[in-house]
Amino acid sequence: MAATNDAPPRKGFMGWLNKRLPVDDFVKSQATGYYAPKNFNFWYFFGFIAVVVLGMQLLTGIFLTMFYKPGELTSFDSVEYIMREVDHGWLIRYLHSTGASAFFIVIYLHMFRALLYGSYKAPRELLWIFGMLVYLALMAEAFMGYVLPWGNMSFWGAQVIVNLFGTIPAIGPPLVEWIRGDYGIADATLNRFFALHVVAIPLGLLLLVLLHLVALRTTGSNNPDGIEIKKNLGRDGHPIDGIPFHPYYTVKDTVGAGVFFILFSIIVFFLPTFGGLFLEGPNFEPANPMSTPEHIAPVWYFTPFYAILRAVPDQRMGALLMGIAVASFLFLPWLDRSPVKSMRYRGPISKVMLAVFVISFIALGYLGLQPAEGLYVMLARIFTVGYFAYFWLMPIYSRASFDAVKQVPERVVFHAH
Amino acid sequence: MRISSSPVVKRSGRFLLAGLAEIVLVTGLVAMSGSVHAAEEASKEGTKALGADWQHTLPKNDVADKASLQRGARNFANYCLGCHSMKYERWSRMAKDLDIPENLLQKDLMPPGDKPAQYILTSMPAADAETWFGKTPPDLSLMARARGTAYLYQFLTTFYIDPTRPTGANNLRLPSTAMPAVLSELEGVKRAVYKTESRPGGGTEQVFDHFELLAPGRLTTAEYESFVRDTVNFLDYVGEPSQMARRALGVWVVLFLLVFTWLAWLMKKEFWKDVH
Amino acid sequence: MADNVIVADEGADLSRRKFLTNATIATAAVGAVFVAVPFVESWTPSERARALGAPTELDVSKIDPGQMTIITWRRQPIYVVRRTPEMVQHLQGHDGDLKDPGSKNSDQPAYATNVLRARKAEYLVLIGTCTHLGCLPKQRFEAASAEMGPSWPGGFFCPCHGSRFDLSGRVFNGSPASVNLRVPPYEYPNENTLRVGADEKGTA
Repeated sequence: MAATNDAPPRKGFMGWLNKRLPVDDFVKSQATGYYAPKNFNFWYFFGFIAVVVLGMQLLTGIFLTMFYKPGELTSFDSVEYIMREVDHGWLIRYLHSTGASAFFIVIYLHMFRALLYGSYKAPRELLWIFGMLVYLALMAEAFMGYVLPWGNMSFWGAQVIVNLFGTIPAIGPPLVEWIRGDYGIADATLNRFFALHVVAIPLGLLLLVLLHLVALRTTGSNNPDGIEIKKNLGRDGHPIDGIPFHPYYTVKDTVGAGVFFILFSIIVFFLPTFGGLFLEGPNFEPANPMSTPEHIAPVWYFTPFYAILRAVPDQRMGALLMGIAVASFLFLPWLDRSPVKSMRYRGPISKVMLAVFVISFIALGYLGLQPAEGLYVMLARIFTVGYFAYFWLMPIYSRASFDAVKQVPERVVFHAH
Repeated sequence: MRISSSPVVKRSGRFLLAGLAEIVLVTGLVAMSGSVHAAEEASKEGTKALGADWQHTLPKNDVADKASLQRGARNFANYCLGCHSMKYERWSRMAKDLDIPENLLQKDLMPPGDKPAQYILTSMPAADAETWFGKTPPDLSLMARARGTAYLYQFLTTFYIDPTRPTGANNLRLPSTAMPAVLSELEGVKRAVYKTESRPGGGTEQVFDHFELLAPGRLTTAEYESFVRDTVNFLDYVGEPSQMARRALGVWVVLFLLVFTWLAWLMKKEFWKDVH
Repeated sequence: MADNVIVADEGADLSRRKFLTNATIATAAVGAVFVAVPFVESWTPSERARALGAPTELDVSKIDPGQMTIITWRRQPIYVVRRTPEMVQHLQGHDGDLKDPGSKNSDQPAYATNVLRARKAEYLVLIGTCTHLGCLPKQRFEAASAEMGPSWPGGFFCPCHGSRFDLSGRVFNGSPASVNLRVPPYEYPNENTLRVGADEKGTA
């Protein structure tokens, strides 16, 4: 039973503590007294799992920093030192490298949930924007992290991506030199990426995740039916379709975390390179400015955007389009004109467009791994159109007059489980 | 997009679907990876010489086979260490992992003067190597991870004579390689035989058909194939010496997590009886 | 209240709930310990540290009698003194001035728990770190020197806080140090070679 406001003050240590720190109040407001919709489904696991993965990356990252030596002459060797000579160093390394890919799988599924149920719509626009900023910070973090082993793909990936900034009109070329700190990707670049990856961006990530969580707690969570549960309060003042986060979602999330770690461990212990997708072959050779790998591709989680970049024959326009592709997410709350939130109650056109987006995103991801020639380029162009159509035609197709919506029920749809 | 609202699907079915969806996602990623990195398949057994389909020769090697790794280590010391180093692996680490006693290590494998704790380094000076071969023979510690075991196997089995090359030899897997055919005393000397095929855009082209053995080596084809397999197996081990420990630990970790998740699942079901 | 779902049903098995909660938490705690193990172990000396800490060898025949050579083992200075017969004689007769003449409280292998504190009388092998706070003691081998006084049998003097040790590294009364200088494990694989860091028990 949740403690009420006029419960007697606690005795003993907890009493002492509560006079100095709002422990009980915090637990009440954030856990036992925070009501979340009871109809959360599979898609609602990934927020918690993302936080767990963040914690794991911080822990494994800190330990890697104890043994890794940044520098163009020492980075590659120090990673092999970790893999071979530090006790269980190989495990810490694989947890971190698999964790990076796991982070993106989880985040993409987490973002997809928002597209599915309209979680970005009012009043949750700021929640969505903070989430997008987390995603952007994560992309920067992952990109810089990948440069640190100073393998050949680290070097050439950095070369290609940093060169993209050169396409910005007027300030491009001096900007590239400023980012690099040298006339080509060099020791200076590696060292500053190390500082950003280990200190600056993690601090930024923690702040943004905190803001994201505060924004969530302010509006309350959305749910698969897109119903605002706060509109329907019971006699005790709590939403009748809500349940306390603790213990119900704490125990449910524990199971979710367990399932996640089983799959995660299978990869860490049996498939750490994941067929060359998580740890790429060329990166087991040291950086060589004189020798480009046969296929330069970014790590899989960037390949959809990479495919869009290469789909356009002009480098500057390609870079611009790639930037717009990422930024398009930010505009969703205002592109979406549907009166309902959840796909469950939208018309068939909205569902088809979402399917088009998902298929395009996955197809672009695959195409980004292939060489940019022949049929692959043509397909990339087609799916780029599909990708952008989802966002930029939404103001038209999401209107109820265009795509008839179904009646949204008063109460959430829930089956006991 | 309802997962299911049919009363036929039990409530726990949703969880199975959840797990299934994740497995599908993982499998999808693995399938995607197939285009990036060739999967290992059963190799061609027997004494057949490599034919036009040499690129599909994908040998299976087993790093748990210590006898094979020991033979591979001996092969490496006798035929590769002259030019190639393995600068991330120590002699002592290799001896410990492969169950090689120290006296045999010093007698049969290590160059005189080297200490067991030292890294496996070639005695060929890099500058001289560059003068003689045009480039420094690369370090082989990570070659199996960088290029894959299939690449290594194909590289070591597709040397052929080529008078136009400075070394007198060329290679199908790595055309114009700077490495001479150092194993030809074991494998024999081969010639590449081409056949004429029509080109898609019109005209004809020469396409590799098969190898012809000009002079036999000290080993039969089967023996040489075995030699290469052991050597590639050894290189696979050196690429990641902790791989056996990794897999062994993984079994326990997954088992523990299965038990934990099952308990957490029971706990969840118990609490959620409250929720209607 | 009937609209809400949070109260446990009347039939709810609270003891089962408690049991499952405790079982899950206990399993999670065990798991947490297992997870901590690789991280804690990663701090132990790595393969590189162990390789660099491998036994060090020295050709002792090259040391002049009465002289000391310093080598390193596991980042510590090792004093190797080639004692003359006269220096060995000076080890007798001042047990009353020593804090631990029998080396009962000091740290040395079994074969160095004697007056010589060494395997062979001729060579003294010590870890050259003062057992007080870690400075390097200086050699004062000359007996009855002007600096050390007429009753000085020869030995070591630590400049940091004034501890004094005899020619077997045994600490004198009045020194801030309380135990004798430590002796590392060592052996003689052959007549002239000293190997510090290994003995019958194996590598340290």
